[in-house]
Amino acid sequence: MILTQQLILGLLVGGLYGLAAAGLSLTFGVLRVLNVAHGEFLMLGGYGAFWLFSLWQIDPFVSLLGVGPAMFVVGLLLYWILFQFVVKADEETRIKNSLLIGFGLTLVLHTLAIRFWTADERAVTTAYAGAVMRIGVFAVPLVRLSSLVLAFAVLMALHLFLTKARWGRAIRATAEDWQAAALMGIPVGTTYLVAFALGSALAGIAGALVSVSYSISPSIGMEWTLKALIVVVLAGLGSLFGSFAGGIVLGLAEATSVTLLGGPYREVVGLVLFLVILLLRPQGLFGGRG
Amino acid sequence: MKLLLGGILLGVGFAAFPFVTQRNDLLNLGVQIFLAVALAQSWNLLGGYAGQITLGHAAFFGLGALVTRILWIGGAPLFLALAAGALVATAFGLLIGMPAFRLRGAYFSIGTLALAEILRITVGNLMPEISTIPAAALASYNILPRYYLTLLLAVLCVAVVALLVGSRVGLGIRAVREDEAAAEASGVGALKHKLLALMVSTALVGFTGGAFAYYHVSYYPQHAFSPAWTFDALLIAFVGGVGTIHGPVLGALFYVIFKEVLAVQWVDLHLLIFGVLFILVVLFFPGGLVEAWSRARRLITRRSA
Repeated sequence: MILTQQLILGLLVGGLYGLAAAGLSLTFGVLRVLNVAHGEFLMLGGYGAFWLFSLWQIDPFVSLLGVGPAMFVVGLLLYWILFQFVVKADEETRIKNSLLIGFGLTLVLHTLAIRFWTADERAVTTAYAGAVMRIGVFAVPLVRLSSLVLAFAVLMALHLFLTKARWGRAIRATAEDWQAAALMGIPVGTTYLVAFALGSALAGIAGALVSVSYSISPSIGMEWTLKALIVVVLAGLGSLFGSFAGGIVLGLAEATSVTLLGGPYREVVGLVLFLVILLLRPQGLFGGRG
Repeated sequence: MKLLLGGILLGVGFAAFPFVTQRNDLLNLGVQIFLAVALAQSWNLLGGYAGQITLGHAAFFGLGALVTRILWIGGAPLFLALAAGALVATAFGLLIGMPAFRLRGAYFSIGTLALAEILRITVGNLMPEISTIPAAALASYNILPRYYLTLLLAVLCVAVVALLVGSRVGLGIRAVREDEAAAEASGVGALKHKLLALMVSTALVGFTGGAFAYYHVSYYPQHAFSPAWTFDALLIAFVGGVGTIHGPVLGALFYVIFKEVLAVQWVDLHLLIFGVLFILVVLFFPGGLVEAWSRARRLITRRSA
């Protein structure tokens, strides 16, 4: 019984893990850039939603429409200032340097966030925050359910963009083989820029949803980066719905562990899972391809 | 030669410092500099010379601190407690080294970070969130032995890394960093050399953790496992000059003094500045301060010639 209730909650949070991972997976898959500041992007998105709500009472589900594009622009700028220098190197150096730059960025964003918004935990508490749907004896928090549905909808929209739109197809071609894409006349640099900004926007939207259903603080960045990394390793790269499913698997695994081992070990389960998979596939995520 | 001389002068200067002043704040600043040197130099051996960017340094620092503290407060002689801390850190390093080195590049980095986080959370769960201060230890607290112990530690770290890197084995370690396959082909065992670098690095940082536990009598056990220790080591080593002996020393001096001076205005301002410097170093100045300095000097001498 408790397990079932926990599993329901795990399923709901899993959707957000999936959304967070989809952005990381997009930038990693397309640019071969491992942005460990992804969780900080998510944190920024969360604060965006929080302030829009606190200052102007804009409903967080509406402010997504502003937070997403705003984080898209932040992504554009950061790519232009920093990451465009990284993608010039060969693949191994690229991943290593992007990891280091992401790490530096993490510190900078974290410190700035504490400075401007204090280290307090914040959450968007709407009038309908406590609403619950009852299924038999089980409770399903409506806000979290809507977050899950929205996360899925965002991924669906992105999927349509990547498969149908011209730019989306360019992104996929670049991910597959950037040299061939360049020869076909795809402006690889611009494609990278768009893909990175999209990844950042996804992080922002995920952050906004986190701020409604859970809570945010300047230090949540690393936790969410790790969650996204775990999901990416679980699900592999290249499939948005794979990320979504992977996120849900992680959510359910955490829920099971909470019931069996108690709350404090919740974060450990995912990390152990992550290490086991990495050790079984030490060649890394691109190993299969070449 | 010049560097060796400079290093000796710096060491002697620091050793003589307490004879000049007994001001507690300055001696504490000294201890922090020495701990930073040891932390960054031990990271530098594995991350800089062996090229294995580990993000799990805090795990070994924490283990050293934990073991040393328990034994020391339990009544064991200090040096025995410190040795045990270093030993446990090394043993754990060897234990995880075999599987961890199956991972390459960024995967090794994230894998070690995950490992350190697992350890941090587990220790936080098992150890109570209270920090007991033995009254006797507190009453007899004296900064001077802490000052000299950490100074000794910093000198030891620099000397060990310098000697090791200059040796035949050190050449092997660097060869593995440059090209594992080529090193293997010339008869340099990659795994063996990486494990050796890991062993020495974890022993040194375990010792550093122990010295921290002795210096900082009261803290939460989990605190010593905080990823901030790893981040400090990375920032100092990279900004100073990764893969050089004097880089981490200069980096530590800058880092700690910056931290002290800036804390007056804004507690974590140094993290912001060093974060930006770190990014700039990775992108444009892979040699850090050390390289920037020698480039500037070359420019000046060329002008005057």
